[in-house]
Amino acid sequence: MADPVLSIQNLHKSFGALKATDGVSIDLHPGEIHALIGPNGAGKSTLIHQICGTVKPDSGTITLAGREIGRLPVAERARLGLGRTFQISSLAGEFSALRNVMLAVQAGQGSSFAFFKPVMRDRSLTDVAMDRLQRVGLAARAHVPASELSHGEKRQLEIAIALALDVKAFLLDEPMAGMGPEGSKVLTGFLDSLRQEAPIMLVEHDMDAVFALADRISVLVYGRVIATGTVNEIRNDPAVRQAYLGDHA
Amino acid sequence: MTRENILNLVLALALLAVPFIAQAAGQPFTITLATRIAILALAATGLNIALGLGGLVSFGHAAFFGVGGYVAGILSSHAFSGDPMLFGLSGSKQMLVVWLVAMMTAGVLGLAIGAISLRTSGVYFIMITLAFAQMVYYFAISWPAYGGEDGLSIVVRNQFPGVNTMRPMNFFLICYGVLLVGILLSALIRSSRFGAALQAVRQNDVRVASIGISPMPIRLTAFVLSAMLTAVAGALYADLNRFVSPSMLSWHMSGELIVLIILGGTGRLMGPVAGAALYVIFEYLLGGLTERWQFFLGLILLATVLFARGGLIGLVAGKVRHG
Repeated sequence: MADPVLSIQNLHKSFGALKATDGVSIDLHPGEIHALIGPNGAGKSTLIHQICGTVKPDSGTITLAGREIGRLPVAERARLGLGRTFQISSLAGEFSALRNVMLAVQAGQGSSFAFFKPVMRDRSLTDVAMDRLQRVGLAARAHVPASELSHGEKRQLEIAIALALDVKAFLLDEPMAGMGPEGSKVLTGFLDSLRQEAPIMLVEHDMDAVFALADRISVLVYGRVIATGTVNEIRNDPAVRQAYLGDHA
Repeated sequence: MTRENILNLVLALALLAVPFIAQAAGQPFTITLATRIAILALAATGLNIALGLGGLVSFGHAAFFGVGGYVAGILSSHAFSGDPMLFGLSGSKQMLVVWLVAMMTAGVLGLAIGAISLRTSGVYFIMITLAFAQMVYYFAISWPAYGGEDGLSIVVRNQFPGVNTMRPMNFFLICYGVLLVGILLSALIRSSRFGAALQAVRQNDVRVASIGISPMPIRLTAFVLSAMLTAVAGALYADLNRFVSPSMLSWHMSGELIVLIILGGTGRLMGPVAGAALYVIFEYLLGGLTERWQFFLGLILLATVLFARGGLIGLVAGKVRHG
């Protein structure tokens, strides 16, 4: 198998006596969707924070495309190709959807230190941003301020922003959260095609989506990965059923 | 043309027209008032880059305003006496030189203050910028070489190529021209890539970092640019009064600049002009009626914050729309 794009090795993080991350190792391979599931309090959020850089791990390594990123600041990791969406939509609310995506395009192009050329007349920003909005089906709402978009539209915008970056690995934190059944279905189809672009680490509570999308699943309980495997392996794993899935499988 | 653009144009033309009408009517003092408006508006335009666009509530911009003033005073006093300054440099009576030195000095000071202050945010940022400005204030008071507490007089207003700056109208036009350049620069910055990043950092810095733009260099650059523009206003203010004193550096001045921005409209291009005009007019009209005019200014500020959060510009032109 090819080298993993994103590799987490033996990661540890404690808050006092609480071991939030206890020796976690997860690999994300090219072209795959690797779902991360687990009950509330299992340490999923802490793990995501460590991958994207808002929390520093106590020990262990995080490698992106062969480069150790575990000690780099958030922005630096993003520049190296870590595309993240947020569990709770996090956007520049006063800016239109278009301008939110344009900012990401601008970040991808490398320089924000240009002081004189108006961005709205910069086709290299507006055209690319419009294209990304089109891909997530948000083009009609391009000029609406992000804060006035519906919940589902904000989720779509999150994805469009991630698409605008030159991403090597996606880290999607509950993209289905708060979406209706129809919206979840559309988004599931979209994520299915997205894996061709870059592999996805998907944290999600919506089990239908996880089972439909994931190539592999890792189950996190009390800061440890108790199982990693294909959808069928995980569904039939007695420890997982007991810890988390219950009747759902 | 949007409502805001029309209002901006009206404000700009009105400020230009007032001194000419005053001159025709034989009211030279009104020219000085208009000059004061232009200079305060320029200082607030500088602050507006940090505060309005970047959300950096600096309560220490008097430091940059005062440093600009002291640069004008010190350079001209050396040029007048012929004594060399630090490092054997000579003084200057040329405004263009004074502005350049003022910008560079404030830029370096802004870099130092910003590099430390911007590690904090919110109330801490407000307090630490205030603390730095007060340090500069007390330094000026305790430095006898340039007047200490008594301040420093500028015997003859600094010169501008081909213009008799002692004539109030000429000096007004210089200030007005610099104000227009300042507003133009801030308009360019606002719509540029840098401005987009800066405004996004104000709204959501976590998001900005997560797409690969580090917020700190963006904020620091804005803070330095803001300091430099405010310093030019300080130099002009010293030339207007032909006097510079530590009061230009005091926290009252920092507060006044924030008040101007709030009155006019935070983050609006011409907010500082509207705010400065309101402020100077209140000061003049109410100040003529009562010594306690600032009490009434307080009421107006209260009403603005409660009922017209977008200031005068917001009241007339509505909320900001970003493409």
